[in-house]
Amino acid sequence: MVSDPTPRWYDCRVGIVSPGFQGRPRSAEPALPPGQYLTEDFPVLSAGPTPRVPLDTWEFVVSAEGGAEYRWSWNELMGLPQEAPTVDLHCVTRWSKLGTNWQGVSLDTLLEGIDTAARYALVHSYGGYTTNLPLDDLRGGRAWVAHGYDGGPLPAEHGGPARLLVPHLYLWKSAKWVRGIRLLVDDKPGFWETAGYHDYGDPWREQRYQGD
Amino acid sequence: MTDMSYLDGNMLDGPLRELFAVDLSGATGRCESCGTVGPMAGLHVFSHAPGLIGRCPACSEVMLRLVRAPDRAWLDLRGSTYLQVPLPMDQPYPRPL
Repeated sequence: MVSDPTPRWYDCRVGIVSPGFQGRPRSAEPALPPGQYLTEDFPVLSAGPTPRVPLDTWEFVVSAEGGAEYRWSWNELMGLPQEAPTVDLHCVTRWSKLGTNWQGVSLDTLLEGIDTAARYALVHSYGGYTTNLPLDDLRGGRAWVAHGYDGGPLPAEHGGPARLLVPHLYLWKSAKWVRGIRLLVDDKPGFWETAGYHDYGDPWREQRYQGD
Repeated sequence: MTDMSYLDGNMLDGPLRELFAVDLSGATGRCESCGTVGPMAGLHVFSHAPGLIGRCPACSEVMLRLVRAPDRAWLDLRGSTYLQVPLPMDQPYPRPL
């Protein structure tokens, strides 16, 4: 077969940086999930135009399976206990960025006191994006509504005013411009999960596509 | 739209040629959301993403999603009512009964 040198739009995800065979691995090297390469910059990925959400109309809504809604304004969010997680990011397009510093509110704080028997969550964003994950993955100190990055406000291109941050899953689960979460009894796949991507998306098990 | 981070729909020609024998570059699509009819080339395509997203130039709703894995591809057209594909007059075709 003659190889086609024409650049394709998905080339960015077939090039895997390999350290090569230069002796045994050094333990000081950062551990990356399979198929990922390290990047120092912060690539901007987006499925659409960047929404601009004024803080005075911004709100975050959790709706329980029975219809009850729990709302936070921007000021109410700022009034909740704040955390400053340092986490590694793994994007399904194969870049990883380590040791990123965020400020935000733990989902444990937001979900506290919400009476639900739901097992699934459908996250939705300003601009229409959605993504799904098990509700348990939003608990246990593993997920935040993040509004700060590296000591400043979260820039709009990275999801500001606020985005979901669920760093133990591929980054498409960390919905930018987050607006709310629907708690669901049955799993409902989101924007990428209905178009071939994996329902769960664990980078350490390389769950990129359906069936992986 | 607040940014110019999208490409025009002409860039879809190559990726779609992998899936279809027919050339879709001259096709016309109808937006399921707002009803706008226009050429594929007029879509706003967001490519800095896990897949290609083609949005209606009028209402910016998603009309097309194309995801490419190494061994598979997914095409999601739920945001498009139809694709109208130009075909040559002299080509035999099945007539409605």
